[in-house]
Amino acid sequence: MFHLILFLFFGAICVAGAVNLLVQSHPINSALSLVAVMASLAAEYLLLGAEFVAAVQVIVYAGAIMVLFVITIMLLNAGAEERTKGSRIATLLGVPGVTVGAVLVAWTLLGRSATTHSVSIGALWGAPKDIARLLFRDFLLPFEVTSVLILIAIMGAVVLASRPEAVTRGARKDEG
Amino acid sequence: MVPLSYYLVLSGILFGCGVLGFLIKRNIITIFMSIELMLNGVNLSFVAFAAHWHALSGQVFVFFVMVVAAAEAAVGLAIIIAVYRTRETLNVDQVNLLKL
Repeated sequence: MFHLILFLFFGAICVAGAVNLLVQSHPINSALSLVAVMASLAAEYLLLGAEFVAAVQVIVYAGAIMVLFVITIMLLNAGAEERTKGSRIATLLGVPGVTVGAVLVAWTLLGRSATTHSVSIGALWGAPKDIARLLFRDFLLPFEVTSVLILIAIMGAVVLASRPEAVTRGARKDEG
Repeated sequence: MVPLSYYLVLSGILFGCGVLGFLIKRNIITIFMSIELMLNGVNLSFVAFAAHWHALSGQVFVFFVMVVAAAEAAVGLAIIIAVYRTRETLNVDQVNLLKL
């Protein structure tokens, strides 16, 4: 019962933040409501017993990635978005379509909830030790491959975000 | 005790909100945030199924999704900055030409 109350509380914050992301027209408001969604998702992970995932969710998602978003919004001085013809058509068609899809998914899942088990609070035993054992033994190759992916992403971000003049100037300096 | 399907429904709602934001938003940064919302919804269902099957590998996959999201955010925001430098706009309707 306590678990259900906590689940519903944080789930309501999640959904409210996600809807607020959609209705706000200024990107900074959307970014802050996305932070609220991520923080309450971390609480949901904690309820499931996945402590390490909850910590990483707060540190990486709500911390690093959202700071990157907010910095970009501030850097580009992004203002409120204007409504266009295309966005009105997308709203007219998209809102009913996604609503129907979500209702269908929810109906199917809830209809089958008798065949699935219930999850008790802290059902996972996800101690960092067990996760590390899994990550560095069974998933060692994917783990190493993601490090290469991160390296490529860093280089790509540096190349893409640097000013084109700076790149050519550097090249000229190399020639000279 | 919370049924597993509640978690999956919450994850589906988050994913649906992400899809909706991707469709109706015109600001390129907000579209990008909608993608992050979709990834978060998927992560929740990963963790819920991991709790259901008592399999820790579901949690490990969440870390891989986070790594991909971080890489995507870094490269994507760099692309957004590059687009803004050349077009002076963040509206996706005005970014419709490959060449300036």
